[in-house]
Amino acid sequence: MGRLVWFEAIKTFTKLRTYIGFLAFGVLVPLVVAGLRMGGQRAFERNLLAPLEQDFIIGGNVLNGWFFGFFFLGALWVHVPIVLTLVAGDQIAGEGNAGTFRFLLTRAVSRNRIITAKFLVTLLYTALMVLFIGILTLGLSLAVFGGGDLLVVKRGIVVLPEAALPVHFLMAWGLAILSMFVVSALCFLFSAFTDNSIGPIVATMAVIIISLIIITLPFELFQAIRPWLFVNYFDTWQKVFADPVPWDEIARNVWILLGFTALFFSVTLAWFNRKDILS
Amino acid sequence: MIPPGGDALSDMVLRTVNLTKRYGTRLAVNGLNLEVRRGDVFGFLGPNGAGKSTAIRMILRLVFPTDGDVELFGRSLHREGHRVLDRVGAIVEKPAFYGHLSAYRNLEILGGLRRRVPRPRILEGLERVGLLDRADDRVKTFSHGMNQRLGLALALLSEPELIILDEPTTGLDPQGVKDVRDLIRELARERGMTVFLSSHLLHEVEMTATRMAVIHQGLLRVEGAVRELLGGGEAVVTVRIDRPEEAARHIEDRGGYPSPERRDDGFTLKMDLRRVPDLNRDLVQAGFQVEALIPERSLETYFLNLVGD
Repeated sequence: MGRLVWFEAIKTFTKLRTYIGFLAFGVLVPLVVAGLRMGGQRAFERNLLAPLEQDFIIGGNVLNGWFFGFFFLGALWVHVPIVLTLVAGDQIAGEGNAGTFRFLLTRAVSRNRIITAKFLVTLLYTALMVLFIGILTLGLSLAVFGGGDLLVVKRGIVVLPEAALPVHFLMAWGLAILSMFVVSALCFLFSAFTDNSIGPIVATMAVIIISLIIITLPFELFQAIRPWLFVNYFDTWQKVFADPVPWDEIARNVWILLGFTALFFSVTLAWFNRKDILS
Repeated sequence: MIPPGGDALSDMVLRTVNLTKRYGTRLAVNGLNLEVRRGDVFGFLGPNGAGKSTAIRMILRLVFPTDGDVELFGRSLHREGHRVLDRVGAIVEKPAFYGHLSAYRNLEILGGLRRRVPRPRILEGLERVGLLDRADDRVKTFSHGMNQRLGLALALLSEPELIILDEPTTGLDPQGVKDVRDLIRELARERGMTVFLSSHLLHEVEMTATRMAVIHQGLLRVEGAVRELLGGGEAVVTVRIDRPEEAARHIEDRGGYPSPERRDDGFTLKMDLRRVPDLNRDLVQAGFQVEALIPERSLETYFLNLVGD
């Protein structure tokens, strides 16, 4: 199995499209940080701090690197799926489109092993992408805006001491990775249905967008559907910045996210094991 | 019914049992029963759309049969799955590789899925097909002919006992076609491999195969030794001769032969192949210098004879 994973990693990480996401965020994040530094920071002072200062006395460097690291994570988690699908959507469909399954699947290796190796590499790419974005946004923000305690404004105000923040961010990145695993697993599943990698990308983004609309609208019918939609658990990472941290809820959400990932992967295996390779 | 386990020493290398594939209401392959024995160069003939590729895909487990089974070396593909492909090398249709990777890397990955292939063996494989000097080049820079040769290198990499080639000369230049034919003969004679070769070109099978089967509209029409099946029947015979117009007139006047059709360097006759020696004798006795008598039988002609249409 190790060799299959290694081969899949070679195939994936020697492709240009694998680095489109890294390149996009590698350009975007420094630009946004520069924009914040050159005036954008004042918008936060105006819209976030000014209303708070009517009731609180706020001292120190509040709009610091940790704050913007947190802000970026919150702002980008909707955009990250787009770059993840570029790779996940191509993992199976790409082989079908290129015709390489005609060699790959005529070797004496089970389809289960081949698909599992592909899936593991997809998860690896997903984790690397989230970590890259997390480390890049936090590292740049800290370098430009400096350190300090983290002010979290969400259903109240939480101030987390700087010494505890590295652990909070590591946990948040871990949970963000789990959320994105579901996206990649769904796109991977769609990738098994077709020989064209555009289809899985569009289908995955459509599912995410529709699900986000459903969980946002306050209709009673939609509220009932909400727990069954994986996007409902996307913001689990934010919960590690609450005080106290709702560990029970986080643990439940982790199982749900893992469950969605396992479900999509199982359906992929079941489908692909009966799929006729006609390309 | 195929017995479980199989027999490693069995003479039967490949057997299909009532192999059937249905797409909706269309029967792509209809109850195909084939037998390929050790050492055969087996030609699998049929026009485009006859069901050859579907049958090959079922033999290689790319497509799952609607009914029937495939037996490889006495082991059931249905029962034992991918494991029975261990002794098989194959090229299905146009060889496709990872274009962004080198030829060497492609062979390392696609050839080493089950067990690692040592570097010298990969280089030897590339050398065998004349691609050693392109080992480090990306495959996307390769021509179709080079891809075809790389496909052969891959199919042979694991030293299989059965090699399945689906239209292996399609798109090759004349030298490439000759190289592939020579390689097929070499594999069978010198390495003792069994070769299963599909083609829509009758002469290709005639030149390389020892046994053949013809499939048409998903049905097996005929199976047997090439010599027996192609020994008679009608073909277009090209006669290259001095004084062609005079010779054609002589044939027409003599009777007993169909009307000749003039060509630049001779004429052609659509005739029974068993009468070619008579034609030669008649022409020589009449004082003509016969340069060549070339029988050309198209698959279409063969089919028409076969199905009596």
